[in-house]
Amino acid sequence: MLNSTAIGIALAVNSGELSATDLANEALARIAERDGEIGAFLAVTRDLARRHAERVDDAVRRGKSLPLAGVPLAIKDNMCVTGTPTTCASKILDGWIAPYTSTAVQRLLDAGAIPLGKTNLDEFAMGSSCENSALGKTVNPWDRARVPGGSSGGSVAAVAAGEATIALGSDTGGSIREPAAFCNVVGFKPTYGRVSRYGLIAFASSLDQIGPIAKTVADAALVYDLMAGRDPMDATTVDLLPEPTLTGLREDLRGVRIGIVKEFGLEKLEPSVRAVYERAYEDLQKLGAELVEVALPTADYGVATYYLIAPAECSSNLARFDGMRYGLRVEGADVGSTYEQTRAAGFGDEVKRRILIGTYALSSGYYDAYYVRAQKARTLIAADFKKAFAACDAIACPAAASPAFEFNAKADPVSMYLMDYYTIPMSLAGLPSLSVPCGYVTPEGGTLPMPLGLELSGPLFAERSLLGIAHAYERATLHAQARTIPEIVATAGAK
Amino acid sequence: MSATAESAKPALLVNGAPYEVVMGIECHVELKTETKMFCGCLNIFGAEPNTNVCPVCLGMPGALPVPNEKAIELVVKAGLAFGSEIPAFSKFDRKNYFYPDMPKDYQISQFDRPLTQGGVVTFWLGDGTQGSCRLTRIHLEEDTGKSTHASRDGRIAGSTHSLVDFNRAGVPLMECVSEPDIRSAAQAVAFLETLKRTFVALGISDVKMEEGSLRCDVNLSLRPVGQAEYGTKTEIKNMNSFNSVGRAIENEIARQVAVLESGGRIVQETRGWDEASGGTHSMRSKEQAHDYRYFPDPDLTPIEFASADVARMRAGLGTLPAEILTQLISSDKLRPEQAHQIVDSPGLFAYFSDVVARCGKPQAVVNFVLGDLSRLANETSTPVPESKVTPEALAELVALVEGKTINSKTAKELVTRLWTQGGSPRAIVEAEGLGQVFDSGAIDAIVAEVLAANEKTAADYRAGKTKVLGFLVGQVMKQSRGTANPTLAEERLRARLDVSG
Repeated sequence: MLNSTAIGIALAVNSGELSATDLANEALARIAERDGEIGAFLAVTRDLARRHAERVDDAVRRGKSLPLAGVPLAIKDNMCVTGTPTTCASKILDGWIAPYTSTAVQRLLDAGAIPLGKTNLDEFAMGSSCENSALGKTVNPWDRARVPGGSSGGSVAAVAAGEATIALGSDTGGSIREPAAFCNVVGFKPTYGRVSRYGLIAFASSLDQIGPIAKTVADAALVYDLMAGRDPMDATTVDLLPEPTLTGLREDLRGVRIGIVKEFGLEKLEPSVRAVYERAYEDLQKLGAELVEVALPTADYGVATYYLIAPAECSSNLARFDGMRYGLRVEGADVGSTYEQTRAAGFGDEVKRRILIGTYALSSGYYDAYYVRAQKARTLIAADFKKAFAACDAIACPAAASPAFEFNAKADPVSMYLMDYYTIPMSLAGLPSLSVPCGYVTPEGGTLPMPLGLELSGPLFAERSLLGIAHAYERATLHAQARTIPEIVATAGAK
Repeated sequence: MSATAESAKPALLVNGAPYEVVMGIECHVELKTETKMFCGCLNIFGAEPNTNVCPVCLGMPGALPVPNEKAIELVVKAGLAFGSEIPAFSKFDRKNYFYPDMPKDYQISQFDRPLTQGGVVTFWLGDGTQGSCRLTRIHLEEDTGKSTHASRDGRIAGSTHSLVDFNRAGVPLMECVSEPDIRSAAQAVAFLETLKRTFVALGISDVKMEEGSLRCDVNLSLRPVGQAEYGTKTEIKNMNSFNSVGRAIENEIARQVAVLESGGRIVQETRGWDEASGGTHSMRSKEQAHDYRYFPDPDLTPIEFASADVARMRAGLGTLPAEILTQLISSDKLRPEQAHQIVDSPGLFAYFSDVVARCGKPQAVVNFVLGDLSRLANETSTPVPESKVTPEALAELVALVEGKTINSKTAKELVTRLWTQGGSPRAIVEAEGLGQVFDSGAIDAIVAEVLAANEKTAADYRAGKTKVLGFLVGQVMKQSRGTANPTLAEERLRARLDVSG
């Protein structure tokens, strides 16, 4: 049953066919068996999982029906869950136990999900490969010599390896979509403001958004529907009643206009990768969609813009990790040196690099030249999208320019930053955007076929339409089901 | 629009040349809200350390601020009370710096789009003149926690460790910044008292300096009279009462004059006032100034006001203390300190107005209200408006005195009786025959008795010791149980003594 979808599991548990406790135990056993090799989890919350499973079984016995009854859930370790270690994969928070639960997680727990544990990520969600984790190594279940993508690498790997049915990730510039593409799962970033960020440890507040990772679009829609909606604890959540997406899933694309971005021409890609995307566009057309060319003339400035705004916000957001109230503390001679030594020892190189960039961009004398200009560029990018969506209902493009790469392949930070070339513009514009499996390529020098993801993005708040389109594509192509991951050698000794 | 008062004051001289003092004031005022600025914790003073705290005000990872709308409204009201402009668009910014009592290591504040802009604070000085000081802006921010340093003198230098209480962290704080319009310590204090009076009256703050709910910094410089540029300023901090603000200013003026007269140069710096020594010490110089890296807080959406919202808040202000003071001083002809006392005592203006509406004579009324009644109020810890002396009774009493039905001595006695018993003074006067006796026949009879009983004194008078007349008048008053009209009594006594030998 673990290989079923969330919808299937909830149906079986609600009908009494399956017990949530049995499912939880089965999932925990599978993590014990597989995670030694995959490394998706930083912490497995066995007791919490069993407690929640018992609660679900109790509720079902009392005749209640829960939308996620018994569904095993993995949670990216930058979301607070009361009583669990919450580290952001950083030494600075190693050992910190969250005193409260984030709103998005709470809504899923209330719906009957079983929290299996906290998953690995690039430290403070800064990275595109999960290699920036200070606390663990996660591999790509499709080729363990390759990265799972990032920053939500642990969450996608957990779902891809069958260790969890659904997972939560967070996406700032592509941190759900790129790893979802690398690991052949569905990863969805809702419109900024749809899902509460309360309890999500901030990287870049104006961009961060929690979203579901699942095996199917329908599961992602179900999880999104349960999380979305205004939260009195997050002033940036929008006061719009979210339209349910699960009931908007469709089987064809007749009457749908799909925008193909002129500036994202496929000719830049490796021929084998290019062929997969050409095929994907054809499949959309076969389903009845009309393909229209749209222009995003400012999209090329996305990465540069993002790497000013996100570091600026992070330089301020991460100030609180100072050794005074929680987390790591390296005692210095005075308060100033305690700050310096704590942060020097607690943060990894990429986090330090971004704090430095951001501090510089906000400094007196540079603020107008960097931060203010980046905000203006952001406004222009959003305006370009608005114009493009006048001519189409969704935009299709690659989620990443290549399949997952090997560990240590992107030593130069800028080459890593460019991995998010196709995802960052949508983040800057706050748009709903997802990655859905779209085929495989065997990379040059590799032996195993690696998955690719098609990125579909919609106008602000158009989640219902977007997930409907993605579902039609998924049902017609069934790429995710076409292959299975290489067998995992059971490892002794659980975490 | 600088203040105009105290023209009579001798000019400030530096090496014989006339100088003037230029001051601007920045006040931090804690707002009187039930909960903190960005979370649901209680906003109360004096609780056990670190009990009114939550993930948000402790800056826990992942916690987010949600603005307190009541606090925003209070700041807007404060601005409206001084005629400030309320811009349609305002926003919160982050002020970034590290300090252990600041949980997030940034303070949510407002940088370039404050809630209010401009405005004028008008105040009355003791000599009856009026002054004013323009406001630059009022903005809203969150307070920090409170550090206690474990060193002998409570300063951070030499401390082995420090303790932090986060109960204050996140308390809504309003910062009022003035233009450099203030020219004397008296004006500075009058400006602050006006802010306090207004904020208390509008329920914006308790303004208790001793609890730190009002903290103010004074920027002070000197310049030769007639010079347009400002001199180098210093910032004075740590005053814990209006009185110490006045003393700190006088002290700093004297210090700067001494520096200039000895050929020195003023250094731009922050100076702390030390209550015990009555002087200031240098805290930090401009060279150590921070780059706060302000930027719009991405966790908070901009604040936008429709003009209808502002109009509604303006209409809800009611009568402002400044309007009441103008009425009391300009129309009722009270002295400024009397008017301030009336306005500053809760409920007293309503009481005073009620009495005046019944009997007129505001100056007679104020003498009772601030004289005998206030004394009795202090002695019995009962506010005048809650006493047994109803506005109706006081109005009757004033009318009895003004109509010369009773004399002032009787009136004084009656006030005390009314305070303890209540009742109508007219009824008491009628029942007990306390009305003044104007009948010269009746008074002559008493005069005759008094002179008969005090033959020696009468002789002294006639011998030229006219001072004894007061004693004789007293005897007549005593004989009449206080009802004799004192003027008539004196007149009849004098007539009798001067004619008959």
